[in-house]
Amino acid sequence: MPVLHVSNIGKQFVMHLRGGIRIPAISNLSFSVERGECVVLNGPSGAGKSSVLKMVYGTYETENGGILVRHGDRIIDIASADPLVMKQVRRTTVGYVSQFLRVVPRISARDLVAEPLLAEGEHHDVAISRAEALLDRLNVPESLWALPPATFSGGEQQRVNIARGFITQHPLLLLDEPSASLDARNRQIVIELINKKKAAGVTMLCIFHDAEMREAVADRFIEVSPLLSGQNGSEPSSDASKTPMPPSSRAQSTQKRRGYLSGIRT
Amino acid sequence: MSDVVKPVLQVNGLTKVFDRRLACQDISFTLHRGEVLGIVGESGSGKSTLLKCLAGLMPPDAGNITLSLPDREECDLWRLEEAERERLLPTILAIIHQNARDGLRLDVSAGGNISEPLMTNGHRHYGTLRSVAMEWLKNVEIDPARVDDLPQTFSGGMQQRLQIARGLVTHPQLVLMDEPTGGLDVSVQAKLLDLLRRLVREFNLAVVIVTHDLGVARLLSDRLMVMQSGRVIETGLSDRVLEDPRQPYTQLLVSSVLQV
Amino acid sequence: MLDDLALNGEAEEYSYGFLDEQTKRMIRRAILKAVSIPGYQVPFGDREIPLPPGWGTGGIQVTASIIGKTDCLKVIDQGADDTTNAVSIRRFFARVARVNTTESTGEATIVQSRHRIPERPLQDDQILVMQVPQPEPLRRLVTSEVETRKLHAFARYGLMQVRLYEDIARYGNIVMSHDYPVRVHDRYLASPSPVPKFDNPKLHRSRALTIFGAGRERRIYAIPPFTDVRSIDFDDHPFERQKWQSCCARCGAEDSYLDEMLLDDAGNTQFVCSDTSYCNDRLSEGASR
Repeated sequence: MPVLHVSNIGKQFVMHLRGGIRIPAISNLSFSVERGECVVLNGPSGAGKSSVLKMVYGTYETENGGILVRHGDRIIDIASADPLVMKQVRRTTVGYVSQFLRVVPRISARDLVAEPLLAEGEHHDVAISRAEALLDRLNVPESLWALPPATFSGGEQQRVNIARGFITQHPLLLLDEPSASLDARNRQIVIELINKKKAAGVTMLCIFHDAEMREAVADRFIEVSPLLSGQNGSEPSSDASKTPMPPSSRAQSTQKRRGYLSGIRT
Repeated sequence: MSDVVKPVLQVNGLTKVFDRRLACQDISFTLHRGEVLGIVGESGSGKSTLLKCLAGLMPPDAGNITLSLPDREECDLWRLEEAERERLLPTILAIIHQNARDGLRLDVSAGGNISEPLMTNGHRHYGTLRSVAMEWLKNVEIDPARVDDLPQTFSGGMQQRLQIARGLVTHPQLVLMDEPTGGLDVSVQAKLLDLLRRLVREFNLAVVIVTHDLGVARLLSDRLMVMQSGRVIETGLSDRVLEDPRQPYTQLLVSSVLQV
Repeated sequence: MLDDLALNGEAEEYSYGFLDEQTKRMIRRAILKAVSIPGYQVPFGDREIPLPPGWGTGGIQVTASIIGKTDCLKVIDQGADDTTNAVSIRRFFARVARVNTTESTGEATIVQSRHRIPERPLQDDQILVMQVPQPEPLRRLVTSEVETRKLHAFARYGLMQVRLYEDIARYGNIVMSHDYPVRVHDRYLASPSPVPKFDNPKLHRSRALTIFGAGRERRIYAIPPFTDVRSIDFDDHPFERQKWQSCCARCGAEDSYLDEMLLDDAGNTQFVCSDTSYCNDRLSEGASR
């Protein structure tokens, strides 16, 4: 059994505030990822790559299909998992690194990075020293470690975020453009970290827009092509996913989705 | 695996009627130790009524509230004798009110406020009570030297933290919070959120938190329950509910958040 | 004024001891209930008494309901038999119940008292009736009667303990000196009435029945003979009686509650027994010895 097995997943968003229109995001996607493999999702902007990662992480509900992951000695279907199980899966099995750091008010960068280890029950001193080592590796200046990252630059925040995502031993990592605003030197370090994870047998499912990055880490690519959608909200979902939709309105709906995300971040 | 462990709290079909209006309608959920459940919804959606039923302050008209506690048999909160319920609740449950003044005795010193729940549970050693009080002041980041000061001399944020110390000093299994960060300014709120996160982890608390602040809900809670007109209309992992809201009302709620 | 009341013949028997039989039955029922549930405050219907409320109307009604022709009554006020209130009440009962009165604690079968419990230990055949202004020990902390009843029902007395805690935190020791609350039979928290805390231990396993009457608040409660009565305290700050450096200037007693008396305009004072009967007894015993 592969570490991650995605079969025939499908999802659409129903925008109740816009007259109940249905926006298909993913349809009939299947793939598997083996242990120690780094697979990059490929496709144009708005094709639903991020949605796939969020479905695997349980942030987006999966309407059809199954997402099987190996959690300890069990196989869990994330598409139908109970929130309580999902919480444990996230704690020890599936990690997620987005492009944005979710800043927790008043918590220092050091504590923020150490937090996933503490949640696993790691000893406080061990967690802190591991966090510091990782921050150091990612060239986050030591003078910043004790400060809350809210005022850091975009690149610094992103590196804190990477450290937070990479500190644990989760066997499956989901990376959503974690290196988007990094300079060449730090990108190189991220590549090294990813390769190190790979060597340790960690499975990764990633999105990278940067071609150099993609080539450096990817073992395999999975194509995610944009779905075309109709505008009629009352149509059943299976039909809607097959109806064409102009690219402009597709982009618009993507923007609308982001609206939800950014709203909660503050 | 902890998912086979009995939940601390099981609510089943809870219903409460006011003047033939359903304040809570057929509400069911479970809560485990170490878990934080957020309840969001507009005023009048039944959040506070639900919290009052859970707190033993108001009997539901139908449904069960089942508590599974270590060292005792599973029991239904509202099928216990009143005396038994009143004896049990202070030892297992803490309520953190939105207004710290509702949860504190303002004419009693900080130390007295923290010690009272212990004394109610039968503790009779002044020296121990006092050192526990000072330890808890430290825990909630108040200078222990202020142990003899009246809460009236404390700032709003400090009063709220004092209330939390008073609530948690008995190591309750279950903590109910009603808008714990409401009415505090943003920097004070941040400090409180940080503190609550730490305490939840440190004491493996089971928490139900009612709030209308989605940011607070996301930061503190593992799961969210969205209420509208007395019903639970959507429930799931916090990030799932907030990033992929399914119900029209939830979408409205999420899209109504002010963006900084 | 008493002469104005037509107390003769049948009417006199009907209202023996001032109260009519129906009222006495009602109060006796309340007393029986109070004795059955030690420390529990039993409501009763307060009747008009020729005395202002707050001057001992509760005590008078209790006494009037239990007194019989063979009784011998002693009335004390702040330990003294000769204060105005004590004298009036004694004369009142001598008139309406035609009983003997005494100033000696040992001779009395009923002792009605305000603010003191006699120094001489009471015996099996004696009843102590205390006048109580505020029967609810929690009243100063909780104003709602509904709330205090609930606290009693669930024996949730942490709040009272908080008051002691505050005393120690603020002054280093428990400064409450009068009306110091007690747990009766390990159950109800009760007010011993405004006696000095010096008197509290006398209630513990007392041989005599003690009945507390609060007229204005319409409550009767009781401590039956041989009942455990413990003053609340902390393990590391145990209950303590008041102590004096000197002894009584008249009788030399070292074991009694002392009042400080002002002697002259220069501010010189001396301490004497508050319980005049006890002091006099000691003096006459000393003289006879």
